[in-house]
Amino acid sequence: MTTVAKLIDTTLCIGCKACEVACQEWNEQEFTLGVFANTYQTLPDLAPNFWNLIKFNEEYKDGAQAWLMAKYQCMHCAEPGCLKACPSPGAIVQLPNGIVDFHQDNCIGCGYCITGCPFDVPRLSPTTKKVYKCSLCSDRVGAGLTPACIRTCPTNCLTFGARADLVQIANQRAVELKADGHKDAGVYDGPGVGGTNVIYVLKHASTPESYGLPKDPTIPWTVALWKGPLKWVANAAFIGTAVGAMLHYLKFGPKEVHGDKAD
Amino acid sequence: MTNGWCDIANTDVVLVMGGNPAENHPVGFRFVMEAKRKRKAKLICVDPRFNRTAAVSDSYVPLRAGTDIAFLGGLIHYTLENNLHHEDYVKAHTNAAFLLRDDYGFEAGHFTGWNGEKKLYDKTSWQYDLDGSGFAKVDETLQNPRSVFQAMKRHYARYTPEKVAEICGCTSEEFTGAAKVICSTGRAGKVGTILYALGWTHHSHSVQLIHTAAMLQLLLGNIGLPGGGVNAQRGHANIQGSTDMGAWNMLPGYLRLPRANHQSLEEYLKATTPKPLRPNSMNYWGNTPKFATSLLKAYYGPEAKKENGFGFHNLPKLGESENQSWGFFFDRMHRKEMQGFISFGMNPVANGPNTEKMLEALAQLEWLVVVENFETETASFWNAKKLGDKFYPKFVDAAAIKTEVLLLPAACFAEKDGAFVNSSRWLQWKKAAVPPPGLAKTDNEIIGRLFTAVRALYEKEGGKGAETLKAMQWNYAKPEAPALDEVAREVNGRDHTTNEQLAGFAALKDDGTTSCGNWIYSGSWTQAGNQMARRGQEDPTGLGLYPNYAWSWPANRRILYNRAAADSDGKPWSASHATIKWDGARWTGDTPDYKGDAKPDQYGAFIMLPEGVAKFFTADLAEGPFPEHYEPAESPVANALHPSVSFNPVAPVMHSSADTLGDAAKFPYVAITYRLTEHFHFWTKHVASGTQLQSNFFIELPAALAREKGIKGGDNVRVTSARGSVEGPALVTERMRPLKVSGKTVYHVGIPIHWGYIGRVRGPLVNNLTPSVFDPNSGTPEYKGFLVNVEKMA
Repeated sequence: MTTVAKLIDTTLCIGCKACEVACQEWNEQEFTLGVFANTYQTLPDLAPNFWNLIKFNEEYKDGAQAWLMAKYQCMHCAEPGCLKACPSPGAIVQLPNGIVDFHQDNCIGCGYCITGCPFDVPRLSPTTKKVYKCSLCSDRVGAGLTPACIRTCPTNCLTFGARADLVQIANQRAVELKADGHKDAGVYDGPGVGGTNVIYVLKHASTPESYGLPKDPTIPWTVALWKGPLKWVANAAFIGTAVGAMLHYLKFGPKEVHGDKAD
Repeated sequence: MTNGWCDIANTDVVLVMGGNPAENHPVGFRFVMEAKRKRKAKLICVDPRFNRTAAVSDSYVPLRAGTDIAFLGGLIHYTLENNLHHEDYVKAHTNAAFLLRDDYGFEAGHFTGWNGEKKLYDKTSWQYDLDGSGFAKVDETLQNPRSVFQAMKRHYARYTPEKVAEICGCTSEEFTGAAKVICSTGRAGKVGTILYALGWTHHSHSVQLIHTAAMLQLLLGNIGLPGGGVNAQRGHANIQGSTDMGAWNMLPGYLRLPRANHQSLEEYLKATTPKPLRPNSMNYWGNTPKFATSLLKAYYGPEAKKENGFGFHNLPKLGESENQSWGFFFDRMHRKEMQGFISFGMNPVANGPNTEKMLEALAQLEWLVVVENFETETASFWNAKKLGDKFYPKFVDAAAIKTEVLLLPAACFAEKDGAFVNSSRWLQWKKAAVPPPGLAKTDNEIIGRLFTAVRALYEKEGGKGAETLKAMQWNYAKPEAPALDEVAREVNGRDHTTNEQLAGFAALKDDGTTSCGNWIYSGSWTQAGNQMARRGQEDPTGLGLYPNYAWSWPANRRILYNRAAADSDGKPWSASHATIKWDGARWTGDTPDYKGDAKPDQYGAFIMLPEGVAKFFTADLAEGPFPEHYEPAESPVANALHPSVSFNPVAPVMHSSADTLGDAAKFPYVAITYRLTEHFHFWTKHVASGTQLQSNFFIELPAALAREKGIKGGDNVRVTSARGSVEGPALVTERMRPLKVSGKTVYHVGIPIHWGYIGRVRGPLVNNLTPSVFDPNSGTPEYKGFLVNVEKMA
């Protein structure tokens, strides 16, 4: 199956926040009120009920002014740290098209995915005790539609398509920008996580942090260990759990399971 | 717009000034981004704030609010000084060669003809030097010192880069850097556009400001060309339509309102129909009798006959020099000279200058009808003392107000059919998506019910003016709710001899055989049906004209003045920007702004103007034939060009008990007001999504000023003007640079609009602060560049 991706050409972003509204509406999130924090940014950070945030970063250096706007959301990594960290089978899945999706039904609210994410994206809801993030509109994409944010973008800053095509477009755009005198232009494609299915074109590619993007995103070593060399430890723990469950069954009888998800 | 949204993609240079399209027109802004990507167009943003448009621009130049004419005058000077103008264009298509009278002049801030006692100009010396047949004399070499070209050169010689820097507060290097790019389009094959919005219209010299922009574009040969023009980005979905239909001090189609000295149709037509000023001038406004007669025929139907002047006597007349624009009628209301007021889709308490004056004015009324989607500040003005917190200390308690207020719930745009006219002059027909909720009614039903009820009352009880109401034709299937398609057909016009819909305004007659509700819309609903509902996406020229998509006034022409995109022989100035061309027998391409089969040299290119060519110099405006820099009514500095005439000498300033002006000693900072992309004027404070994106009122302060005053981001501050105050948290930013103006540091204070005392989110109304000062030509208030003080709150 073709790996899909989202291209964010920050040089075309005008910070209009149409993508934020589209995300909120499609995902039927409640519209809350913001708290003033000396910025045009809607919220200081992503939230369990706010998965798509344009970060506004002001820069004023040596008389040169910049106001950088970049949309921030799940990067849909090729090697997702969240998935590596997740102890609950089926809570985080990587679809054949590359989308990393959270299934809250299976989420146990442990928050390990938050530790595992090199981009600091998943957010634990204090009310539902589940973790939430952008699904790249897996429901829309599954039905042959474009993700809501991309559908609504007025300046074509956002593009949806096959990852291979978008990487090519992004590289081409970086070449164009360089030719226009933006020597530092380049592509940000999730180094350290095997590439991401959200790709950025940046004018200042050597300093992604000025857009609020991590400079060297890596999966924490604790998480890498968790599913790497230490996997046997986890397996041992899992076997221990299974034995415990068996004893529990023998003592208290079967647990009632509703629906068709019993395994 | 002279051009249109899609057309911006054809440009090489975009000057955004007096507007912030990335924030306020984000959807249309895609075409700016397309021009940048596909044509490597350069985007230049000139604004007091480094705003979201500046964030994606190639260069940004700061300027002090209210000094745009100085900046543009500087660009005119730069163009002429460096010989960058498109000389052939200027000679062929402008009045540069026209000779002026020898008594014309300008000295120390006043043009000739100034009457200091009456505070008015006698415009005699602003006329052309005419020959015996009433035509203007010309000098094709442009060398005559009395030519418009030479007079213009002299006038703007004072606007040097150093002077611009001194007035505007940018550096002269920043100015010339931008000038180099902007003025690079004065040659064939390169074209530039100017985008503006309320940052240009909200001044006491706004019409002259836009005239300056037009002059610059004419000098550079950018009017009439794809990718060129002077393009107003309208702020409401249908504000262009309301202007076209004469909702603002005009009759439909920009026909002038009759005045007391026009007692007959003949007198009115004589006064309003221009005469040609050159032998080759088509002078299309010479057809005013056809437009006006057909309009009267649409109003009065069978009652409009030749023998009664087609019912002209039924039209209300303004006094000879009476002004009924916003500032004046609210002043009149404030003096208790009005009994009633219908506020239809308008929220004057929120959007009028000097909120407390608006409140006091409404409290003088006997009745007020508000027709709106939501309960607004205007509908609840009587409760402002309570709801408006501490901001209206002089306003009376609700118990003391006698005004009877009726709030009629109106359908919103998605709940009714009809056409929107966008900035591109496209009439786009739409269908209602859902029925209006509850008791809400469409505007047409509200007007229909009011009209039929009032007429029935007059029929029963008689009264002054009953005959004018009776004469009005009201031929609709449901008189109490005229269908919008019926009205649209009527607006297009009909030939009563054939009983067919008119094909366009060329078919209009002045003998009463045609009727037409708005001559510029004629052609929108022809015998072939509703042209506004068309959605064809063909683009035969490849220039994004889309001639089969919706319908554009006039005559489905997508680019106004397109005849000027070709030279005297009808050959396009450049192949890449060929919107129309002469093929030897006809003009092909866009609908020509010219007679379709007239030879290129038969008429001047600007067929609407008596001159036949575009005007650098014009006696049409109130304050002078050339635009001149005047300071805002409240300014931190005296005018650097002529300190004794600092302010526009003919701009109206109101003097009611509620109107005061402040000075820089007490109010040292320059304030500007604006809209944010997250909001739509004052409406979206009732809408959940918009209020989440930008929930809180705030005040933008330059970091340097904040440091001076010990204010940190988020600290509460109070902003005060001579009229009132607002309070809220400070947004401290480097994006508003302190400016050096006449050797003095000037700070801006930025205050976004949206909030008020009703809605899902609340906050102070910005217009608590603004002055009742207006442009003399358009009556637009001066919301940009008034003086305030800022203090940190305890």
